[in-house]
Amino acid sequence: MTKITMTVNGKTRSGDAEGRTLLVQFLRDTLGLTGTHVGCDTSQCGACVVHVNGKAVKSCTMLAAEADGADVSTIEGQAAPDGTLNAIQQAFQDHHGLQCGFCTPGMVMSAAALLKDNPKPTETEIRHYLEGNICRCTGYHNIVKAIMAASGQDVGAIAAE
Amino acid sequence: MPKDGGIGDSTKRREDIRFLTGVGNYTDDINIAGQTYACFLRSDVAHGTINSIDTSAAEAMDGVVKIFTAADFAQAGGIPCGWQVTDRFGQPMQEPKHPILAEGKVRHVGDPIAVVVAETAEQARDAVEAIEVDIEELEPVLNMKDALADGATKVHDDLTSNLCYDWGFVEENREAVDQAIKSAHHVTTLELTNNRLVPNPMEPRVAVGQYSRANDEYTLYTTSQNPHVIRLLMGAFVLGIPEHKLRVVAPDVGGGFGSKIYHYAEEAFVTYAAKVVNRPVKWTSSRSEAFISDAHGRDHVTKIELAMDENHKFTAVRTDTYANMGAYLSTFAPSIPTWLHGTLMAGNYTTPLVYVNVKAVFTNTVPVDAYRGAGRPEATYQLERVIDKAAREIGMDPAELRRLNFIKPDQFPYQTPVAVMYDTGNYDATLDKALEMTDYANFESRAAESKARGKLRGYGLAHFIEACGIAPSNLVGQLGARAGLYESATVRVNATGSISVFTGSHSHGQGHETTFAQVVSEMIGIDVSLIDIVHGDTSKTPMGMGTYGSRSIAVGGSAMVRATEKIINKAKKIASHLLEASEADIELKDGQFSVAGTDKSVAWGDVTLAAYVPHNYPLESLEPGLEETAFYDPSNFTYPSGAYVCEVEVDPDTGKVDILGFTAADDFGNVINPMIVAGQVHGGVAQGIGQALLENTVYDENGQLLTGSFMDYAMPRASDVPSFSVDHSCQTPCTHNPLGVKGCGEAGAIGSPPAVVNAVIDALQRGGYNVDHIDMPVSPSRVWAAMQQG
Amino acid sequence: MYNFEFVKPATVDEAIAALREEDAQALGGGQTLLPTMKQRLAMPSKLVSLGGIADLVGVSSDGATLTLGGATPHAVVASNAGAYPALAALAGGIGDPAVRNRGTVGGSLANNDPAACYPSAALASGATIVTNAREIAADDYFQGLFSTALDEGEIITAVRFPIPQRANYQKFEQPASRFALVGVFVAQYADGVRVAVTGAGNDGVFRWSEAEAALSGSFTPDAVDGLSLSGDDMIGDLHGTGAYRAHLVKVMTKRAVAACN
Repeated sequence: MTKITMTVNGKTRSGDAEGRTLLVQFLRDTLGLTGTHVGCDTSQCGACVVHVNGKAVKSCTMLAAEADGADVSTIEGQAAPDGTLNAIQQAFQDHHGLQCGFCTPGMVMSAAALLKDNPKPTETEIRHYLEGNICRCTGYHNIVKAIMAASGQDVGAIAAE
Repeated sequence: MPKDGGIGDSTKRREDIRFLTGVGNYTDDINIAGQTYACFLRSDVAHGTINSIDTSAAEAMDGVVKIFTAADFAQAGGIPCGWQVTDRFGQPMQEPKHPILAEGKVRHVGDPIAVVVAETAEQARDAVEAIEVDIEELEPVLNMKDALADGATKVHDDLTSNLCYDWGFVEENREAVDQAIKSAHHVTTLELTNNRLVPNPMEPRVAVGQYSRANDEYTLYTTSQNPHVIRLLMGAFVLGIPEHKLRVVAPDVGGGFGSKIYHYAEEAFVTYAAKVVNRPVKWTSSRSEAFISDAHGRDHVTKIELAMDENHKFTAVRTDTYANMGAYLSTFAPSIPTWLHGTLMAGNYTTPLVYVNVKAVFTNTVPVDAYRGAGRPEATYQLERVIDKAAREIGMDPAELRRLNFIKPDQFPYQTPVAVMYDTGNYDATLDKALEMTDYANFESRAAESKARGKLRGYGLAHFIEACGIAPSNLVGQLGARAGLYESATVRVNATGSISVFTGSHSHGQGHETTFAQVVSEMIGIDVSLIDIVHGDTSKTPMGMGTYGSRSIAVGGSAMVRATEKIINKAKKIASHLLEASEADIELKDGQFSVAGTDKSVAWGDVTLAAYVPHNYPLESLEPGLEETAFYDPSNFTYPSGAYVCEVEVDPDTGKVDILGFTAADDFGNVINPMIVAGQVHGGVAQGIGQALLENTVYDENGQLLTGSFMDYAMPRASDVPSFSVDHSCQTPCTHNPLGVKGCGEAGAIGSPPAVVNAVIDALQRGGYNVDHIDMPVSPSRVWAAMQQG
Repeated sequence: MYNFEFVKPATVDEAIAALREEDAQALGGGQTLLPTMKQRLAMPSKLVSLGGIADLVGVSSDGATLTLGGATPHAVVASNAGAYPALAALAGGIGDPAVRNRGTVGGSLANNDPAACYPSAALASGATIVTNAREIAADDYFQGLFSTALDEGEIITAVRFPIPQRANYQKFEQPASRFALVGVFVAQYADGVRVAVTGAGNDGVFRWSEAEAALSGSFTPDAVDGLSLSGDDMIGDLHGTGAYRAHLVKVMTKRAVAACN
């Protein structure tokens, strides 16, 4: 076991980790931040996406030790301290961009990374960017719509309620 | 105009807040002090005899608490099957034992052999690798038709063959159907496969067992769509635990799609093991493990024949299906290819004669059970494909051939030749809507535009009917169900007027916490924020049959309506006392009880307070308190229907299919929350597109699963599907439930696969290729191969 | 996964020293290695992270050659390799955004997955794989499925890509993994055209020499019309037969050439 320390959602957090401890295990089991999920073991579903030093990564495919000293953001840090949802979270609720909620943390974190790089993505760009985030419930329609809305774009072009 | 938070309003989902902020409570988020971790040793061969299991080295390893094998479950029952099908000769199906851990033989890759319980998950896995199992491999049984040949190797030595049942429906029509096909003006025949799918909800299964010696009580936390059913099956049939000592909790569940209906061995294991080791036991499936331990779906091999007369009216349908059961009978497996499939073979049409034969077959593969749609997609796919093929053969517009044979609006209620009676429907309306939404009239110009770009454009239509809210209990009991199919609800009104509704339905993405509250809000006229929906815990809700088969609002919602009606009736009595008026004159509107024709009224909250502080109260004739329970057992299925259109472009160079547009015009009867209904359709359609274009479950000749992870099992991604156009304005309300609702959860997955495949075939034929069928998934390589032939 | 010791050296020399230990293995972005280890299909005693060595990350160009540090993530290549647009586009199409933030060019080339994208770029560009010990020409580097010229403990410190006059990569994705079912990289240099194919060959990435000859004569899509590959030499699996892959190689080659023109 080695002690590792990282900044998680703005707070310094430390804990013991083995060499093999994955970042997602450290977040969930050691720090109790269970909002980040594990949906596969081949690095494809994206339920585990968090930001490390401002970049979206799959926390199931990164060792906790690799994040020693890093600045980590998770779904738990996205809303304001008073609980007010951020623009992406609010758009997901407004446009029904989630159903069972399991892929949602990863979707929100990927969406945040996308909008940072590309503040006004097209529908095609959003769909392409979500290549590594699998949702089994929504058919993606309302996720795409929510991300467009969060970027301040008109979502009338995307049909349905 | 619906009122905010009432019926018909697209109320935003209250459950979203916890999911969007990372504070949902999924089963894997539950950790109990002192818990141990279970890891299953699973068979890596498809079929074999277990000669020996040596756990001695594993037992000596660090952190190992105990290792379990079948011997530890000698007193336990097998995993029960919840439906007994009677074959066409009047005999019960063959029903093999399904042990918790393999007894003497392994029957599919993934069949559990032993379990290590250890201090950590990694230690448990380390020890699993140290268990020495000597398995003598046997020939695997994989192909269903080969499995039924004389002398075929048997999956279960104690059964007479690999045939679970040979079912005929309606058996009395068998000869008449044969005769009608023989004498038909035109017969169209199609042989097809309905590809085996892995449901893959994004949350893998998890089970945590806990036992308290203090009161001899067990608790199971599990990823289930129906915790009460698990309590009943596991308690009564497997472990012998009476209900009052067994609590089953299904907290936030990350999708199910059928795969979390069933009682699984892992649930019984952790519950039992928790008592043995006297510590909580947790099991978390990996995705790879899910592929070989979650029940799969579909897997039918079918030949369908459609007969018509010289006026193109359908005269008969005959269909022969081989349905894969896998190695054991999962909870509802036998009912899927029979009662949930054969009863739908009339479709939306007036076909007078239908005969359905289904041979259910055991193979050395993962058990197969319901997956979103469950039997109805298999029925719809073959029917809508063969109709499309027939239309091409006779040179008729596929939409018009359907319309010609539709049951017309004035024919309802309509008794089909396959037992069910449709209460309402208007198939012309949904077809018209879909054709209008997709600008069918101008398709040719779009096809020409695609052609100019070197692409082949196709238009595919499918119409569907489904039967949801499976019931009534006395009927399904006659058909072999070993459970009732009612639902219960308790409505508890608190003293200050807020309400907790305890429902036996379970929400794992469907948004019940919002829609169910909307219904109660509408009925009483109080703000939706005052109503909480509680589900997923057997210690809270009296009984429940859970959520599957698009039954929640139709059955669970109806139970809630009935309980709420009881509440309102009692509250009116209290109000009449408070208002000193006749009960018959009391009206409830917008949360106010008033006396008809007067300005006298009393607020909801004053009435509820009186119920709990009964100072001024008719104690001589009425109990205090305001809490009511209702059980609702429907008198019939509900019959949602719809018209789906898919427009595709095929790249002739690569065979790749791009979906340009997908349109769904559904009739769900009345709609509680249009936003949520649209979301259900979107998700169902994406799964149907997945089945049609991407997903397949492939075993090699040794019974090894080749598509055992997302690396080879193609899940639909955002770029694989278009934005959808959905409509549910065509509404013929259900006539026999209080809300007039039909259910919407499965429709998308039922209607979409034939629409997609019909579109691909249309594109190829327009491109000059003589291709009339490609089995799903219609992958680029299959399309290309078909083009080489055609 | 099995446990191991984790070290994160700050220099190449320290990394090489750490890798001398038996069963020690270098860790790039881990996007392939960690999933493999999760399946317990690899059990290194020590993982030597290359992520802490600043010298190994970067993209530079002198106009004729583009050089990538061995531990440069795909995302950095995608945004910074403008001097070689086809290579930047290839990097921007690997996996998904989160994978591209971790996965590295050196990791991809060291693994030499037969369906990975980078090997086709290296081979079609006649790249030079620079290690701590030597320089290896791409033509000598790829030695079959998951097999390379790298010795035990040898790490890729940089890759030098001669910048072509024109180049393009066309990937036809395997629908599940999104790796290349067939990927074709076409690069035109003053002395001829190079065509490298990934995803298809039974022995991994390969150069399609007939196409190179034809395209060196006439750099047009039609130039390969008369050519064909044998499906027998191609991977056949549940996602596509050898014949289908052979067909796709030609289609993707034509598309790559068309995209160059």
